Amino acid sequence: MGNESPAVASVSDRFSSADVVAQAIADHRHLRGALLPILHAIQDRLGFVPPDAAHRVADGLNLSHADVQGVISFYHDFRAARPGRHIIKICRAEACQSMGGRALESELKARLGIDFGETTPDGAITLEPVYCLGNCACSPALMIDTELKGRVTPERLTLLLAPLRDKP
Amino acid sequence: MTTVYVPGDSAARSVGAEDAAQAIARAAAARGDDVTIVRNGSRGMFWLEPMVEVVTEQGRIAYGPVAPGDVPGLFDAGFLAGRAHSLCLGPTSEIPYLKKQERLTFARVGVTNPIDLAEYEAHGGLRGLRAALAMAPQDIVEEVVRSGLRGRGGAAFPCGIKWRTVLGAEARPKYVVCNADEGDSGTFSDRMIMEGDPFVLLEGMAIAGLAVQASKGYIYLRSEYPDAERTLALAIAAARRAGLLGDHLLGSDRAFDVEVRRGAGAYICGEETAMLESLEGKRGMVRPKPPLPALEGLFGCPTAVNNVITLASVPFILDMGAKSYADYGMGRSQGTLPFQLAGNIKRGGLVEKAFGITLRELLYDYGGGSASGRPIRAVQVGGPLGAYLPASRFDTPLDYETFAAAGAMIGHGGVVVFDDTVDMAEMARYAMEFCAIESCGKCTPCRIGSRRGVEVIDHIRAGRKASGNLALLRDLCDTMIHGSLCAMGGLTPAPVLSALDHFPEDFGASRGAKLL
Repeated sequence: MGNESPAVASVSDRFSSADVVAQAIADHRHLRGALLPILHAIQDRLGFVPPDAAHRVADGLNLSHADVQGVISFYHDFRAARPGRHIIKICRAEACQSMGGRALESELKARLGIDFGETTPDGAITLEPVYCLGNCACSPALMIDTELKGRVTPERLTLLLAPLRDKP
Repeated sequence: MTTVYVPGDSAARSVGAEDAAQAIARAAAARGDDVTIVRNGSRGMFWLEPMVEVVTEQGRIAYGPVAPGDVPGLFDAGFLAGRAHSLCLGPTSEIPYLKKQERLTFARVGVTNPIDLAEYEAHGGLRGLRAALAMAPQDIVEEVVRSGLRGRGGAAFPCGIKWRTVLGAEARPKYVVCNADEGDSGTFSDRMIMEGDPFVLLEGMAIAGLAVQASKGYIYLRSEYPDAERTLALAIAAARRAGLLGDHLLGSDRAFDVEVRRGAGAYICGEETAMLESLEGKRGMVRPKPPLPALEGLFGCPTAVNNVITLASVPFILDMGAKSYADYGMGRSQGTLPFQLAGNIKRGGLVEKAFGITLRELLYDYGGGSASGRPIRAVQVGGPLGAYLPASRFDTPLDYETFAAAGAMIGHGGVVVFDDTVDMAEMARYAMEFCAIESCGKCTPCRIGSRRGVEVIDHIRAGRKASGNLALLRDLCDTMIHGSLCAMGGLTPAPVLSALDHFPEDFGASRGAKLL
C-alpha cells in the first residue's frame, strides 16, 4: 500500500505498515488511554495513519472500529494519505496575520502550486495549515518538519524551500 | 575557559540561534580559544534574538542579534572579554526591558541550562518542594489559597480553591493534569517555561501531587511544540535519576511521577474537559459541567487540572511564602503574569509583571510601538477568544476584574498587536472561521453558529443587505454566548462584537456611525 506517489522514497517502504501498527499497539497498549499514543507512534513512523490501521488498532485495544475512526478523523494531525518528504505547516493565526501571514500563505501556495492538504507533484513537500506555533513575537512563522522558522519573508522563503526540493 | 550562552529556545533557533552557535564554535576552534557553549532558554527579548551572552568578570554581557557573519568581528573585538562592539547590549541584567520586570515564575528562564538539575538547585530550585514535603496537604493547599494564585490558562479560577476540592474528594486514585495545550495565538509563555526551565514545572506538579494526594501527573502537550517535548523528556529523565520524581520524592516516602502525552492539533483540547477526553483516548469533545473535573476528572477520578504557568508559579509560593507572592498585583489579581507581546510590535517578547500594568505601558514602554512603525490600531488580548481593543482602551490596567468590566479578558496573557492596515471585518470573519474549524461539534450554537457567522460576515463585507445582516450577526452572537457549552462558542463572539463596536467603519458603515 501507499503507492500513490512512487517518487516518494519514504521510510514506510522499509517496513510493512502492518508491522509498524502491530509494534505501536504492543508498545503502548499498557497505557491508560493508549489510543492517541498509538496513533502518533504509527504516524511518526509512516508519516500517516493507513486506512486499514483503524481495524487493527480497534482489535488491539478492544474498541469498535467506529470509535477509532472517529478519533482519527477528529484530530487535524492525523493524515489518511502519505505526505511528501517534507511537511510545511504555515501559521494562519492572528499574530502571524498582523505581520503579513496571509500574503505569505498565498505566496507559498503559489510557489508550491498546491493548496492545504496537498503534496507537490515531485513528492517533496506537503503543505498544511497550523493555528499558532508559539512563535508569535517572531511572526510570520512556519514549521518545516519539526523545525520552527520565524520572521519569514518572501526572500527567506526562497532560501528555506531550496534544499527541500532535492532528492534524498 | 569562557562560557558563552546561545539560546536553544525554538523561537531563538527559528531566527538563527543554531547558526550563531555553530559559527561561534567554529571561530573559537579556529582561534584556539577555550569556549564552552551553553544552550540556555531565551530571555524573552525576541527582537534581539539570537542574543548571545558571554560570562565575564563584570557578569554576563549580551550581544545581539548575532548573525553568523557577525561572529568573526565579535571575536576580533574581544567579545569573549565582554568588550565593545556595535552589537553589544551591555550587562544582560541591566537591559531596561529585563531590568524593569518582576520575574518570579521566569526567574531562571534564560539564565540556566534548562536540563541541568544541579544548576536548577543552585538557582533556588527544589526549595519549594522541600518545604512542601514538610507540610500537611491541607497546609500546602491553604498556602496556595493565601497566595491568591489564579488559573493562568485563562479562566483565572483560584488555584488553591480548586486544590481544596480535589483534596477533599474521597475517590482514589487522584491525578494532576498539566494543561500544556497552549493554543492561543499570541501566547508562548508555556513553551518558554517548558523549553527554558522545565524543572520548575515538574517541581510545581510534584507539589500539586503532595497537596491533593495524587501520585501521578500528566502533561498534555500540544503537538506543535516538538522542542518542548524533547526538553521535557530530558528533564523528566534527569528528575527521575535525581529523585525529584519517582517513588521517593527527594528521599521521602511520597511518590509522584509525570508522563507527557502529545495532543494532535485540536485547539479545543485546551478546554479542560475536552483535554481529559483526549487523554482518555477519545475525540476531544467538551463534557458538560458538573461534574467538576476536581471531583470526576481523568478516568472519572478527582483531578487537579492546571495550566503550565499556574503550576510553575507554585514553587516560588511554597519557597518564599504566600505573602511574598500576594504582595504583587492589584485587587483580586495577585502575583505576576508573564505577558506576551506579539504580532506587529517592535520589541516583542515576554514581560513578567505584577497585575495592574496598563496596556499602554506594555505596548509603548516595553514594546516600543508597532514593528511597521505605523500607528497601533487594535490589540487583541487573551487569544482568539479575546476582545479587540482600540487605542481609547489602552490605559485599562491589566487586572482580571477591570478587564472583565471592560468586556475583555486577560486570558493567558497574550497581547497581539495590529497596525492601522488591519481590516477588522476580516479579523471578525477569521474569528468565526477559526471557531468553525476548531469547534468540537458537540453543541449547535458553536458548530453551526460559527459557520453561519462566516456567511453573514461575508454578506456584510459584500454590502448585501448590510443592516439586516448586522442585526442577524448580533443575534447570532447572542445565541452563541448564551447557548454554547464551553468558552469556544461562548467567547468567539467577543472578538466579533468588539470589532463591530470599536471599528464599525470596517464593516461598511461610515466612521462613528452606530451599528444596530
